[in-house]
Amino acid sequence: MTVFRYDKTFEGLLSALFDAYVRRTFPDQLIGPGEPAPLFTHEMYEVMTRTDAAERVWKGLEKKLGRRVCHQLTHVWLSEQAGGDELLMRYMHKAFDAPQSIAGDFTDDDVLQVKKIAQKVAKEKERLIQFVRFQKAGDGSYFAPVSPLYNVLPLSIGYFTDRFADQRWLLYDTKRRYGYYYDLQRAMEITLEHDEALLKGWLSEEMQAEDEKIFQERWQSYFRAVTIRERLNPKLHRQLMPRRFWQYLPEKR
Amino acid sequence: MKDSIREKLEILAESAKYDVSCASSGTSRKHREGHVGSAHGWGICHSFTEDGRCVSLLKIMLTNYCIYDCAYCINRRSNDIRRATFTVSELVELTVEFYRRNYIEGLFLSSGVIRNPDYTMERMVRIVKQLREVERFNGYIHMKSIPGASRELVAKAGRYADRLSVNLEIAKEENLKRLAPEKDHASVFKPMSYIAQGFLESAEERRHLRHAPRFAPAGQSTQMIVGATDETDREILSLSSALYTRPSMKRVYYSGYIPVNGYDQRLPAKQPPLIREHRLYQADWLMRFYGFRSDEIVDDTDPNLDLEVDPKLAWALRHPECFPVDVNRADYELILRVPGIGVKSAQLIVTSRRYHSITASTLRKMGVVMKRAQYFLLCRELPPQTVGELNPLIVRQRLINPPKNKKQEGLRTQLTFTFPD
Repeated sequence: MTVFRYDKTFEGLLSALFDAYVRRTFPDQLIGPGEPAPLFTHEMYEVMTRTDAAERVWKGLEKKLGRRVCHQLTHVWLSEQAGGDELLMRYMHKAFDAPQSIAGDFTDDDVLQVKKIAQKVAKEKERLIQFVRFQKAGDGSYFAPVSPLYNVLPLSIGYFTDRFADQRWLLYDTKRRYGYYYDLQRAMEITLEHDEALLKGWLSEEMQAEDEKIFQERWQSYFRAVTIRERLNPKLHRQLMPRRFWQYLPEKR
Repeated sequence: MKDSIREKLEILAESAKYDVSCASSGTSRKHREGHVGSAHGWGICHSFTEDGRCVSLLKIMLTNYCIYDCAYCINRRSNDIRRATFTVSELVELTVEFYRRNYIEGLFLSSGVIRNPDYTMERMVRIVKQLREVERFNGYIHMKSIPGASRELVAKAGRYADRLSVNLEIAKEENLKRLAPEKDHASVFKPMSYIAQGFLESAEERRHLRHAPRFAPAGQSTQMIVGATDETDREILSLSSALYTRPSMKRVYYSGYIPVNGYDQRLPAKQPPLIREHRLYQADWLMRFYGFRSDEIVDDTDPNLDLEVDPKLAWALRHPECFPVDVNRADYELILRVPGIGVKSAQLIVTSRRYHSITASTLRKMGVVMKRAQYFLLCRELPPQTVGELNPLIVRQRLINPPKNKKQEGLRTQLTFTFPD
């Protein structure tokens, strides 16, 4: 069994594919730094991550598959699922070897798998956009905690910079402990050393803007008022608004 | 201190909630310098109520005082309920503050009729104007057009709103007149045609002048109450298919009747089954996305939709001569008619079959519901029992009452061929 060890970054994965073509051996398994090699390894290769190689591979993919499909590949990467990197490796290998684009061939398991995972990730991104609730802080900026299933925060930033372009905001992923801060010009990725206050998800009363509580309460009453009690359907409610989002929704507090 | 705005919000949301329209789709607007917000082409639902409806817009009434006495409406003048009215600034502030917190996509403004339609409409226009021109609000606005409002006011509203809507309420005019003596169909169809005209005019103007103002870019929608009167599904669906042929008509909503005024003798005492509303929406989808005509879904022999099976399956069972469909050869339109195959899987099938022929296990992986589809299709494998060989009645029975356990299934399906995954 051929095993490649790489640094678990997307660039690293692309470099691994580049090296595989140079060496003409393709990995059966990919492992990260420090992971023990599997028992029946007969060939072990350490991938050096190289930006130029990664770029070349990416350009080649874009040419071969088109932008839209490459977008799916990044989605699969951000799903952070076990085996996702190996799936991508097989997919890219097939894509380069095939005479024309394989993107439409859903009879192939890997192609269908990539599409399905990408769809799931896109759905989670959509949900993130739906269920973010900003809290206004005392200094006039807005804060919202998120903890999506997949690492979809980078995918959704475009929506927030467009819609909330005239207010400063911070979106913080409490699970992965990083976030984006928008300073009226651009959104920057940030990691905080002391983020304990944010991890709870709710700004304390002294950090909140004066009117924040009022609007949260108004929203809660509105939410209660629009419910038609003759038609309660808790199962459908949970399907549409999964429980894992409730912790940060004022209306479900 | 008691929050009076909060109280008003409760009263007026309570009054507005029976309007089912919720979409915030149809307009895409990027953020513009100095404005607040944007609009997202396919709409975003920001929350879901406990009855499973989406909350996309702040659905609210300007006031729930009303001079009309429509039997089906909770806000009728003879009802003894709490009444309230928002001022322009209160409602505008609420909208913007909710919007900035990502609670909503925009505003859905409706109103009870005070004094006369034009007076009411004028006050509603004042709010959306304030939102657009003073607050520079760039989000979505859906506005109800009051039946009987004048052309000038509808034209003004169309300048500011993304979508306008007039509710038809009852499909047959004599029934509408019985339940809502002050209304008739003409008062609904007139503003509808004003909106359609404005929509077409602005589209034409924008062809020549790129920056000509838009008029209700997301078109219009309407709503019908189902189950309060004796309309058949055939009458309802043929009316909505006629409405869909009109320019700018984007959605027809069906609202299952809820007995909010149980004391009124003109109304049925019981709520119709929720499933009827659901079947109507399924039929509506068939008309809009599956290329069905309304007279294919319901006809003179069955003027009502089958509540036990969905309208697509019902059609397939009435037309066994159209099946089985060969997924490797048939046109997209025909594949789309197979029960258990939706738009997404039909598209997957037609793109994939250019590479390899399609088998039952790939179909299953693509998300086709083989439980239903197996009776209606062929792929390059031993054919299962199709609807033509079995009887449509038997297929129907099998789909309505699926076997309870494996043992029973084994006994019954000895002769059928099941595909391994």
